[in-house]
Amino acid sequence: MRIGVVTFPGSLDDRDAQRAVRLAGAEPVALWHGEHDLHGVDALVLPGGFSYGDYLRAGAIASLSPIMAEVIDAANKGMPVLGICNGFQMLTEAHLLPGGLIRNEAGAFICRDQRLRIENTDTAWTRGFTANQEITIPLKNGEGGFIASAETLARLEGEGRVIARYLDVNPNGSLNDIAGVSNERGNVVGLMPHPEHAVEPGFGPDTAAAMRSGVDGLAFFTSAIERSLVNA
Amino acid sequence: MTTIVVEVMPKAELLDPQGKAVAGALRRLGKTEFTGVRVGKRFELSVDGPADAALLAEVQELADTVLSNSVIEDVTGIFVLEAAAGETL
Repeated sequence: MRIGVVTFPGSLDDRDAQRAVRLAGAEPVALWHGEHDLHGVDALVLPGGFSYGDYLRAGAIASLSPIMAEVIDAANKGMPVLGICNGFQMLTEAHLLPGGLIRNEAGAFICRDQRLRIENTDTAWTRGFTANQEITIPLKNGEGGFIASAETLARLEGEGRVIARYLDVNPNGSLNDIAGVSNERGNVVGLMPHPEHAVEPGFGPDTAAAMRSGVDGLAFFTSAIERSLVNA
Repeated sequence: MTTIVVEVMPKAELLDPQGKAVAGALRRLGKTEFTGVRVGKRFELSVDGPADAALLAEVQELADTVLSNSVIEDVTGIFVLEAAAGETL
């Protein structure tokens, strides 16, 4: 199982995502935004960061990168694609996911360990969770407010495509407390919080058991691997 | 040189956190006559030749697909800026 992580100018969490892929048991493959080549990977991660300094709109310029032609093509053919934070913004800008992400309601950048509920365990990136499992992973964004038209929102809710919802507080003004959504097929998932920062004891969120011991993010990556084994 | 201006605003029904922050600053300055502020974007696209129908059609297309995101924004204006003789814009 080889999972590609695309680096764009201004990506910050590409190396963390590669490490998360390795810890999950797959081989990370570094991909470059300026190429038209996915190097034969089985799945893709669009990492977090501030591609092109969030100029124009967050994720907008990156969504027009050369490699995005191949990413869109692969996604439409069913390849698992996970967009984290800035990657989520790119997926909405590329029209692979519905809705959009706007500046946080309170105007401030938010960085905190965030509790979430996983509400759809049928997607390529969430099948390793149990239904309605509550997890804690870091959240860090300035433009994480998920919005969509009333019609789109009703469709997402009706089809169970809200894959994760914020618990305790809504950190950024997202409609319906939405933290992540999937496409119709369930192979493309966008998530505003960062699972790649909660994959290794000593470096994750605090838990009741011990400081920095949270590894709730790992299941996103192992989910994609399990899916690949099932399909093999 | 011809310059075409494209104006983009956040959708009216959406919260505009930037405008809200500016409105708060005006209120703190005692400028209570302003009941709301919204902040948008202005793009200036320059070309060497004239702005003919084909070019304006292309600008309209780019305004709708690249310069704005119809989920969160509206294109509120596209117009040609006329340069006065001898003046550089």
